[in-house]
Amino acid sequence: MTCLTQRQAIGAQVMGRFIIRRVLQAIPLLFVISVIVFVLIMNMGDPLTSFAGRNGLVKGKDRERLIRQLGLDQPIYVQYLVWLVGNDWMKIDSDGDGVAESNGTRLGVLRGDLGTSVVTRQPVLQMIWERLPNTLILMLTSEAVIVVFALGLGITSALKQYSLYDNVFTGLSFVGYSMPVPLLALGLIYIFGVYLKRAGLPYFPTVGMFEPSVGKTWEQVVWHLVLPVATLSIISIAAYSRFIRSNMLEVIGQDYIRTARAKGLANRTITLKHALKNAALPIVTLVGLDLGFLLAGALVTETIFSWPGMGRLFYDHALKSDLPVLMGVLMLISISVVFFQLLTDITYTFLDPRIRYQ
Amino acid sequence: MATLAETFTPAAQPAVPHQVYSPMQLAWRKLRRNRAAVFGLVLLGALIAYIIVGSFVFSEEYANHNDLSLRLQGPSAEHPFGTDPIGRDILARTIYGGQISLLIGLASVAISLVVGVLVGAFAGYYGGTVDSVLMRFTEAVLNIPSLFLLIIAAKYAGDKIRNFELFGREFSGSLIVIILIIGLTSWMYLARIVRSEFLSLKEREYITAAHALGVKNLRIIFYHVLPNTTAPIIVAATLGVATAILSEAYISFLGLGVRAPTATWGNMLEDATRYIENAPHIWFFPGLLILITVLAINFVGDGLRDALDPRTLTH
Repeated sequence: MTCLTQRQAIGAQVMGRFIIRRVLQAIPLLFVISVIVFVLIMNMGDPLTSFAGRNGLVKGKDRERLIRQLGLDQPIYVQYLVWLVGNDWMKIDSDGDGVAESNGTRLGVLRGDLGTSVVTRQPVLQMIWERLPNTLILMLTSEAVIVVFALGLGITSALKQYSLYDNVFTGLSFVGYSMPVPLLALGLIYIFGVYLKRAGLPYFPTVGMFEPSVGKTWEQVVWHLVLPVATLSIISIAAYSRFIRSNMLEVIGQDYIRTARAKGLANRTITLKHALKNAALPIVTLVGLDLGFLLAGALVTETIFSWPGMGRLFYDHALKSDLPVLMGVLMLISISVVFFQLLTDITYTFLDPRIRYQ
Repeated sequence: MATLAETFTPAAQPAVPHQVYSPMQLAWRKLRRNRAAVFGLVLLGALIAYIIVGSFVFSEEYANHNDLSLRLQGPSAEHPFGTDPIGRDILARTIYGGQISLLIGLASVAISLVVGVLVGAFAGYYGGTVDSVLMRFTEAVLNIPSLFLLIIAAKYAGDKIRNFELFGREFSGSLIVIILIIGLTSWMYLARIVRSEFLSLKEREYITAAHALGVKNLRIIFYHVLPNTTAPIIVAATLGVATAILSEAYISFLGLGVRAPTATWGNMLEDATRYIENAPHIWFFPGLLILITVLAINFVGDGLRDALDPRTLTH
């Protein structure tokens, strides 16, 4: 942090231009994503089947009226435009007599209107808003566990390269990395939920966020978090720690570490102060890219543990072809991914001066 | 795994000067010395023997035969892996399911190879507008969580293809759909790898020479540049098979995968959550087989990465 102020000023300028360029690149990217997803989703099934609740399938006149009201009779590019910028500025023909007479009511995504769910008739934004905290609790806890354990395991096994500990660790990390989520989740449920319960021991809950009879207290949520977090963490810790181990090995082999040894620095200082700093740099990228996808939740894990997060929301409404919810969830995730990519790039340039002036 | 010493030692002269190995022979020698990779190869061989020999022991008819009076039985001498919720023998189903799961893994990687190599090669070779259009598209697809994309695609195309018969066996049409959608949602990393290889290779002198000789662009791409990118492609494709098998497991587990009568390791897990307490054997065996397969492929892929690394080829 002893840079000259002039250099800092130039750096800030370069940085500013870099950020603006990246933001400008993100806009067409989001546009392309929305077109791809919209076209796919529009063709994936008949959203009106999910209306078939209490009164059976929607048929005849009712069906025609609903199709008109939802704008499903329009060509797909018109539907996309309505989704994007709304239809309150144009007249629509809602009674089917060929004369457009009533005003549209939708504002469009660009004005923050993600539409209304075909299934629940609730605003999509509200539905997402209700699920978001649940997903963030699950994912942020897992991410924290992952980073702590992966750093610890990766560094220690790199320091003891080719020892028994290192070999066992490498083998286990391969197993963890190859583990299918359902096998791990069901195995954990069977051992810590079913088996312990049968043995009369305290056991972990396996369904939902809290016991409905007790209510949503924080103890309940923490208790219910254990198994899903374990599932998510074990697989990612395996992948991350291998990455950290190989980074650490590369750094330890470098000249400046040998110099530090030659100077007579304590091993502890060398590892934690000199080696770790450089070895941890790529982790920033890894975690940063992960953070963007956090909003997506963990679809399979959430489904197995009935965790009411974004992944479950998407899956449940995909089965019902609920277009507005799917579009809403995917666009929100894409925006967060793009945003965190940008943030990661910027953080990285700050942390690693070597790539700052490229 | 290559040690650092190995990686950074300058190329040693071969002890026997007249003994010359081709790059592939060198890679094979290196792979053979990698214990994890050999272990992976042996595992894979055992699995392939299991699904081939097994299909001579049990007929597919037997694997699809249901008997409700035998439902959800635990492992026994007659049904070593037990029976599923409609009384089918799980051992026989893991054999036929394994064939399909491996087929899905290989076939979808073949599709992602074609798409990924074409996109990456054209983007890297032509550069400019072609590059930015193709790479924007690649980036857009990468930004959509792949499982979400798979769900949409599976829902979109799930029942579009009818069941068909091949070699006297009936297959669910959804098998083709799953192969296609896994292939078409997993080419992006390959495209990026191939593109970066092309970016550096196209600047080489032999490519300039080819241009000067009037060789056509397409011929340069496929005859002169592409063969030099095989090493990273082989590694990515090998690891891709593991990912594809996992993708099939997830999408089938969610009930959107391959439908009856065709068994896969993934759709054998489908009912698992409902019977978790009473019948853990219905998810344990197919799950374990997926784990072993993916593990074996990852060992081999990791070994190949080291073996094909040109910096260590000379050893």
